[in-house]
Amino acid sequence: MSLLNLTLKVWRQENAKSEGRIETYEAKEIPTSASFLEMIDIVNERLIQDGEEPIHFDHDCREGICGMCSMTINGVPHSKERGITTCQLHMRKFKDGETICIEPFRANAFPVVKDLVTNRSAFDRIIASGGYISVRTGSAPDAHAIQIPKADADAAFDAAACIGCGACVAACKNASAMLFVSAKASHLNHLPQGQSEKDQRVLGMVRQMDEEGFGNCTNQFECEAVCPKEISASHIAKLNRDYLAASARDSVS
Amino acid sequence: MSAPSCSLCAFVKSSIGRKIIVAVTGLALVLFLAGHLTGNLLIFAGRDAFNDYAQFLHEVFHGAGVWIARVGLLACFTAHLWFTILLTKENKSSRKKYSHQATVQAPKSSLIMIWSGLTILAFIIFHLLHFTVKAGTDYASFMQVMPDGSERHDAWKMVIVGFSNPLVVIFYVIAMTLLCSHLSHGVASIFQTLGLRTKKTAGPITLLSKAYAVVIYLGFISIPLAIILFGFGCEACK
Repeated sequence: MSLLNLTLKVWRQENAKSEGRIETYEAKEIPTSASFLEMIDIVNERLIQDGEEPIHFDHDCREGICGMCSMTINGVPHSKERGITTCQLHMRKFKDGETICIEPFRANAFPVVKDLVTNRSAFDRIIASGGYISVRTGSAPDAHAIQIPKADADAAFDAAACIGCGACVAACKNASAMLFVSAKASHLNHLPQGQSEKDQRVLGMVRQMDEEGFGNCTNQFECEAVCPKEISASHIAKLNRDYLAASARDSVS
Repeated sequence: MSAPSCSLCAFVKSSIGRKIIVAVTGLALVLFLAGHLTGNLLIFAGRDAFNDYAQFLHEVFHGAGVWIARVGLLACFTAHLWFTILLTKENKSSRKKYSHQATVQAPKSSLIMIWSGLTILAFIIFHLLHFTVKAGTDYASFMQVMPDGSERHDAWKMVIVGFSNPLVVIFYVIAMTLLCSHLSHGVASIFQTLGLRTKKTAGPITLLSKAYAVVIYLGFISIPLAIILFGFGCEACK
C-alpha cells in the first residue's frame, strides 16, 4: 500500500463571528485506501497529540447518505469527482506531494459554526414552509391504492434522492438554493399525494428561500455538476413553471 | 381587490418572479434582434429596397408604429436592465469569496453576462445617437431623389457613410461579439427560466441558443465588414 505526503490548506475559524484564515498543515504518510475524512482524522490525531486544536468538520454516516460532510475541496464541493459526497472520496484520487485546499461550504445563508462546520438550518426552514404533505397517519395505505404513472414515479424518485447536503448552494456562483428547493418541491409535485398543497408549497418554499438570503439562479448548472445524487437542473425548470402557475392562480383566487 | 395586487407584489419581489421578468423582456429583445437584422440585410438588396423599408417603418400606422415599437423596446430594455442589475447585486453579496475558486461546467459567456450586457447598453446609446438622433453628423441631409422628383431620406447612404469610419466599425464588431456571447447563454436561459427546458430538450435548446447567437452575430457584422473591407456601396456615396 502506497503512502501519500500532502500539504493541506485548511480554513480555520473560531466561531461564526470571528474572522477566519487559511492554515497550512502537512499530512504525512496517508494511505491511499483512506477516505478523505479518514485522512483528516489522521491529521487530527497528530494535532491532538501535539496539543493543538483539531480541524472541526461535519460527518455522520460516512456512506454518502446523510449529507453532513460539507466541505469544498480545491474549490469544488465534495471534490471534482462526480456523484459522490466527501466521505466517499478516496485518497487514491490524489497525487503524492499535492496541495489540497479545504474550505467550508460558503454562503451567507450557511454561517460557519467552526472551521469547516456550517449551519444549514436554512434548508430545514425551507422544508418546514412547504416540503411536506398533510396525510392521515396510521396504518400504511395499500401500495396499489393510488395509481402513479411510471414516468412521474421515476421523476419524483430522482428528485427525492436529494440528501440536502447543500453542495448545490456551495457550488453556485450566486449561492442559490434553487436545485435543493426544486428537488424537494418536484419530488412532491410529481405525485398525486402532493397535488392538493402544490401551489401553497411552491409559493411558501420560494418565499422562505428568498428570506434566507440565498442568491438567484443564473442557469449555469454548477449545482447539477456537483450534486452527489446527480439531480438534474430540469427540476429547476419545473419549479419555475410551477411558481409561475401558482402565482397566476394565487392572483385570481 | 387587494389580493391580486399583493400576489403581483410578491411575484415581483421573488427571485423567480424577477427572473421571469428578465426572461420575458429578454425574449422580446431577442425577437426584436431577428426583425432588426432581417430589415438591415435589405441593405444588400440596394438603395431602393432599403429606403423603401426605412420609409415603411416611419409611415406604418400613420407614423405611430415606430413610436409604439420604440416605447415598447425602451420598456423591455429598462425592465431587463433594472432587474438584472438588482439580481446581480444580490448574487454578488450572497457569499464570502472562496480563496480557491473553481468552475466546473459554467460556460464563460454565462460568467460575464452583466459585463456583456453593460457593453451592449453602451453600444445601444451610441447606436441611437449615431443613426437615430444622427447627433454630430450631416446624415439628416442625405436625400434620395425619386423618379417623380420628390425627395426622401437616404438611409442607405447614411449606413454606408456611417460604417466607412474604422473606429465605428471596431466598436460595432466588439459590441456584436459580446452580444453573441450574451445571446449564447441568454436564449437558453429564457427556456430554463420559463420552465420549458426538460432533460430531453436540454441539448436542442443549448444548440438553438448558440446557433441563434452565431446567426445574429454573422448577420450584423456582415454589413459594416462588407462596407469597410470590400467597399460595398462606396461608389454611390462619393
